[in-house]
Amino acid sequence: MSAAAWTELLERARGGHVPSISRLISGLESRQPGTSEVLTDVYAAGGRAHVIGITGSPGAGKSCLVNALLGELRGRGMRVAVIAVDPSSSLTGGAILGDRIRMQDHALDQGVFVRSMATRGRLGGVSRATVDAVAVLDAAGWDTVIVETIGVGQDELEIVRIAHTTAIVSVPGLGDDIQAIKAGLLEVGDIHVVNKADRPGADRTAAELTGMLMLSDLRASGWTLPVLLTVALDGTGLPEFADALAGHLAWLRSSGELVRRERVAAAASIRAIAKELLIERIQDPAVGSRFDELVEAVAARRTDPTSAARILVDGVARPSDLNPEKTL
Amino acid sequence: MSATPDELTTLITDAVRQAVEDDVKSWEDDELASFLARHPESQEEYLSGSRRTVKRVYTPADVADIPWEDIGLPGRFPFTRGPYPTMYRGRPWTMRQIAGFGTPDETNERFKYLIAQGQTGLSVDFDMPTLMGIDSDDPRSVGEVGREGVAIDVLDDMDDLFAGIDLEEISVSMTINPSAWIVFALYVALAERRGLDLNKLSGTIQADILKEYIAQKEWIYPPEPSMRIVRDSIAFAAGRMARYNPINISGYHISEAGATPLQEAAFTIAMTRTYVQEVVNAGVDIDAFASRLSFFFVCQADFFEEIAKFRALRRVYAKMMKEEFGATNPESMRMRFHTQTAAATLTKPQPLNNIVRTALQALAAVLGGTQSLHTNGLDEAYAIPSELAMKVALRTQQIIAEETNVTQVIDPLGGSYYVEALTRDFEQGIHEYLDKIEALGGTLRAIELNFFQREIADSAYDFAKRKAAGERTVVGVNKYVDEGEGQKIEVHKIDPTSERRKIERLQEVKRKRDNERVQETLAVLLETAKNPDANLMPATIEAVKAQASMGEIVKTLEGLFGRYTETPVF
Amino acid sequence: MTDTPIRVLLAKIGLDGHDRGVKIVARALRDAGMEVVYTGLHRTAAEVVATAIQEDVDVIGVSLLSGAHMTLFPQIIELMKEQGVFDRHILMGGGVMPDEDVETLKELGVQAILGQDTPPDAIVECVRALVLARQRTV
Repeated sequence: MSAAAWTELLERARGGHVPSISRLISGLESRQPGTSEVLTDVYAAGGRAHVIGITGSPGAGKSCLVNALLGELRGRGMRVAVIAVDPSSSLTGGAILGDRIRMQDHALDQGVFVRSMATRGRLGGVSRATVDAVAVLDAAGWDTVIVETIGVGQDELEIVRIAHTTAIVSVPGLGDDIQAIKAGLLEVGDIHVVNKADRPGADRTAAELTGMLMLSDLRASGWTLPVLLTVALDGTGLPEFADALAGHLAWLRSSGELVRRERVAAAASIRAIAKELLIERIQDPAVGSRFDELVEAVAARRTDPTSAARILVDGVARPSDLNPEKTL
Repeated sequence: MSATPDELTTLITDAVRQAVEDDVKSWEDDELASFLARHPESQEEYLSGSRRTVKRVYTPADVADIPWEDIGLPGRFPFTRGPYPTMYRGRPWTMRQIAGFGTPDETNERFKYLIAQGQTGLSVDFDMPTLMGIDSDDPRSVGEVGREGVAIDVLDDMDDLFAGIDLEEISVSMTINPSAWIVFALYVALAERRGLDLNKLSGTIQADILKEYIAQKEWIYPPEPSMRIVRDSIAFAAGRMARYNPINISGYHISEAGATPLQEAAFTIAMTRTYVQEVVNAGVDIDAFASRLSFFFVCQADFFEEIAKFRALRRVYAKMMKEEFGATNPESMRMRFHTQTAAATLTKPQPLNNIVRTALQALAAVLGGTQSLHTNGLDEAYAIPSELAMKVALRTQQIIAEETNVTQVIDPLGGSYYVEALTRDFEQGIHEYLDKIEALGGTLRAIELNFFQREIADSAYDFAKRKAAGERTVVGVNKYVDEGEGQKIEVHKIDPTSERRKIERLQEVKRKRDNERVQETLAVLLETAKNPDANLMPATIEAVKAQASMGEIVKTLEGLFGRYTETPVF
Repeated sequence: MTDTPIRVLLAKIGLDGHDRGVKIVARALRDAGMEVVYTGLHRTAAEVVATAIQEDVDVIGVSLLSGAHMTLFPQIIELMKEQGVFDRHILMGGGVMPDEDVETLKELGVQAILGQDTPPDAIVECVRALVLARQRTV
């Protein structure tokens, strides 16, 4: 497809044409020719959606919670898009994406859009493709874009950099959960949700979380971190969750934190995408022969790995692109 | 309690065992070794259907550790050799071909045909909307009404289904699960409408909800309220319906979903333990209901393993009921089961081969001591069976019963070194699985953790890959394949007007009934349901008597009980 | 353009819960490097088409053993045409169906119907071949 055809697709997407939105996301994800030109227009058209990251350990009931949240937000008249990210198999590159099974209540609702994405072996679960998909949905006029990630570790940390509001989901009775939160999630959550709160131990989990949050220095920012109890299956606590999300957005706006986060998001996105691009270029077959030479040189101890890597990176990065004269 | 190891009777003396082992050793060194050198065997390792290694030959040494008390005599604890002392010498198993399609009238006609052909029990197959508790006129039912079974919505349908059939004389089995309690209520209501004695009704309703979460995937409500419904059905039947089995705990569907025979056996026992515990917890005495528990298994292709499976199941069950649940009445320890040959083994290419497959599986089921049997129609890989296919299937059973003489001697394979060793191997395998399930926190927790589902998915995938690789022969599919068109058979044709007629009939009933009465009975049902200790059966029976439909009853409780959504595993 | 994985929607339409086949297919396609979106059980034709559009899949694979194929496949095809995506997604089916129905469905636009005895590798090959053929015509 030509760049003009992609631009036309973007226009239709902005008019609410769902197949066009979907195709634009696919085109950007697989970097079809002509898509890089349309990306600037996509970004220019966006900037209104509330981007929410939802993450937590497997088994915490995230998809179920998102399903319940969809119901709550739809009741408030909002149009909501969901991007559900699952890992690809590192062995085969394939994936089975089953998150939407839990969201079928909304399968025929025109005000809900759900897209499943596989990580396709990128570093970190939230990648350029996710960032671009959020941008497309934002440009197409969705009020709220939820990014649900399952991963453990790096992925959740990535998500917060593109989300305005990050909710961390835990569940009572999984000791590991609190552990995972200790490992780094604690500081990135804006809202903490203890799902499946009808199970024994919910109050204790909530109390532990609150305790840990008290000990951290996060309260200094001026946002009081809520710890909410929900039962996604029967809707308990969902109004409070939706209120907290809206409250956080209001706070972001009034405190000026929104502008700061947009910057952080931009910085994180640029860095992440740059890393990805660099890796792709290094893996380009055209670099292959030069790479083989470097391997030989290091193996023969004519040079060291660091110097070889520097040569490789310098060779593929085309420093002229960083020319400050280039108009933005 | 059982005897201590010292008191148990071994089958052979140590001296005999030593002599046998010496013989085996010298045979392996001489005859076997030199023969293998010239003619190697076709495989490195030989595996059963459950992927367990089998030996070249079995001897008394393989059964030396099996106490005589574990083998015993038919009709006596632990029932390894059969639930009754005379077995088929008294009367043969019940020949029970499942049937159901179209409207109740159409199925009624098929029932009468089968009875005329010598069938001795009825078995009803329901269509998908009925199985899921959805009315024929619901938009979700489009295209499925009367398709895979008969469509039932209200009490009048039940009356039509059994028109001209004396329900005190013939036993009726009904394969239905999440909505089973409603069909059970319809059956009871019909009996009352006809003035029949509930204590004379014999038959079975499947109502085995746990295996739905594990394997067959027909569900409505989450496990907890569903278990309560099962408990209520069992408790209702206890003391009222002396010859009726209010549950039929089924390994069959677990197998059809891809489980190995060992998994089928072990998972069924795990479910049984959970049901029994549930009813015991409700305060019902074990001996008051255990004798009415009935079972349903598949008979797969691996001939001897299947026979051993049935024998091991009877033994494990008897010991569990006696030793774990403290049953004292031998009837509470006697496992009785229905068997169906394995639909998943039938092939679309060369369909006549299916007759042979089914006959061999049926023979294994009989040698394994089944109480009733369904033999599959040769055309089941195409559609629901034609009349001719059902007739051949029934004749298969009649030939086994009346021409082969296998019915004359009880458990004729008892004492076979191989079959006894396999039986014990199965018993141990079942216990290994039970221990694993206990370690996970019991059956319900294991379902939640997707333990069963994952085990079954793995077995199914493994089997599919081995079949594709030709490791597992399927004649006519991956070996001895016909070129070109192949055999053609006549298949059952669905009457395209059935669905419309069924919907019209339901709407007519809904017009003519006393709608106020329907609403009243449904309101009482909902109130009853709110008390978890109350039994749902009486209120359900009142509702169906008022001609409330299955769909209406299911919806009435949905708000209270919720709906189940699975987390699939691959 | 980078090597993009084939995306397949696997759907169970209608009321039957027989998912042994669809799960094996899901696993085989994943192991062949494809991205499989699974809808779960008991979906309607409208839900499946809406999902296929949002997920922008190359292939819609419908598994159905309830005997309602002659009702449900035409529904899907009609909905796809209505929404202008009939040429966008390849429609395939799997399950137990009489031969003459299979012929009729193919005439209606179901590009392949795979029976219960189809080996996993053959399913993978079939999906690949159909996607490749479509890429050539686009």
